[in-house]
Order: sequence, then structure tokens, then C-alpha cells
Amino acid sequence: MKKIISFLVLLFSSFNLFAQEVAMADKMREDGKIWVVIGVITIVFVGIITYLVLLDRKISKIEKGR
Amino acid sequence: MKKTWWKVLCVVLLLYTIIRGLAGAVPHQPILNETIRNVYFHVPLWFGMMTLMTASMWFGIKYLRNGRIEDDEYSVEFANVAIFFGILGFMTGSLWGQFTWGDWLPKDPKIIAVEVGLLIYLSYFILRSSFEDEQRKARLSAIYNIFAFATFIPLVWILPRLTDSLHPGNGGNPAFGKYDMDNGMRMVFYPAVIGWTLLGVWISSLRIRLRIIERLQSEI
Repeated sequence: MKKIISFLVLLFSSFNLFAQEVAMADKMREDGKIWVVIGVITIVFVGIITYLVLLDRKISKIEKGR
Repeated sequence: MKKTWWKVLCVVLLLYTIIRGLAGAVPHQPILNETIRNVYFHVPLWFGMMTLMTASMWFGIKYLRNGRIEDDEYSVEFANVAIFFGILGFMTGSLWGQFTWGDWLPKDPKIIAVEVGLLIYLSYFILRSSFEDEQRKARLSAIYNIFAFATFIPLVWILPRLTDSLHPGNGGNPAFGKYDMDNGMRMVFYPAVIGWTLLGVWISSLRIRLRIIERLQSEI
């Protein structure tokens, strides 16, 4: 009887281990995945700034051309 | 205007605002919940708008004093970007209001005042487009600009304080004391105000330089 109980306990605890492995504690998934949103907004923002910088350079070039 | 350091500062401050503004700790308030973070994005747009409007009036006065067409170009583009920021602020506020006050456009004194204020500024551009003569256009629109600014300040910043408004900090003389912010939030809010304002100045400077190039090209 003892053997069967300990077998079952170990079995269930191993299930638990499996469940934990499947969940995969990925950094980007923590805190309700807010970091993914921050990433997206940061990409959009950096894109807009890059656009502004390129525009700035283009205007500078035209200004120097005259 | 063409130096790089303040543009770098602008980008650094705004990146800081986005990352810490979304991930940092904020006070737990009923109804507001996480939307309190909008303070970092909605409010600085209005601050930026006010700075740009002040700059616009400043260059309007400068034009009236010495009649250099360049000052008029500065004035009109600052006003342009100020209105752009105002419209963005209006849209973000409307979205925020729907989910906290329960209405896209509640009958709030501050909202009505800012609607009127933005219309006054929009008619500035209609006034400009109705003149052919460059000097007359510049002179009259500079004068109108001063009046628009002088109407905007009491309309948006003083009158709503004399009554009750849904906006925090109205009805009384609160400064920043009643914005539901703690010190941690101020650490993000003030950099956010500077960052968004600098972004507005940057966009304006590009528009001004383009306008000057266009003028020089048409003179040839």
C-alpha cells in the first residue's frame, strides 16, 4: 500500500513538473505581456524618429546646396 | 535650431517616458486604474501646444516690430504644429474620457473651452489664406495671433477653474498638487513634458526650414 501511495505521489508531482515546463517563463510573457506592448510602441516611436532624422538631413542637404 | 543635442535629449526623454511610463509603478486609483498612465502622453501634448502657441505669438510680435518675413514663417509654423498637438490631445482625451467618465465628449467646461480655442486658431489659417499680398497677410495674421493667444489663455486655463470640471485641478487654484500623481509619477511626468515639447519644436523647425527653402526657390 505504501509503495502504491508513494508511486502515486511521485507520479502527480511529476505531472506538476511537466505543467511547469510547458508554461515556459519567458521574459516577454511576464506581467501580463505588457513588455510586448512596450516593445511595439518603442518600435513605432523609433520609426517615427528615424523618419524625422532623415527628413532633417534631407532639408540640411538642400540648404547646403544653395 | 540646427544643433543636434536637444534632438537627442528629446528622443532619450521620450524613450524613458514610454518605457518607464508603461512599466513603472503608479498609484492605484478607482475608475482610473491603469489609464492614469495617460498623464504621460495626453497632458504633455497640451503643455507642448501651449509652448508652441507662445512661440508663435512671440514671433508674431517680432514680425510686427521689424517686419522680417522670416519671423512670420516661424510664427505660422509654430501655430501649425501647436494645432496639430491640440488635435492629438483632443483625440487622446476623448478616448480616455470614454473609458473613465463614460462619454466621448462630456459637457465639461474645459473641453468646450478648448473646442472654442482650437476653432479660434483654425480661423487664423483661414484668415491667412484669404490674403494675396504677403506683407498684409503676415501683418494681419500676426495681430490676429496675439488676440487668439490672449483669448485662449483665459478660456482654457482660467475660466474652467472658476467652475467645476471633470478635469482634475479645476475649481480652485491647484497647480500640480491635485493631479492624483505621486512623486514616482512626477519623475516621469516632467521629463515627458519636456520631451513632447521638444518633439513639437523639432517638427516645427523642419516645417520652418522647408518653408524658407520654398520661399527662396520661388524668389529665383
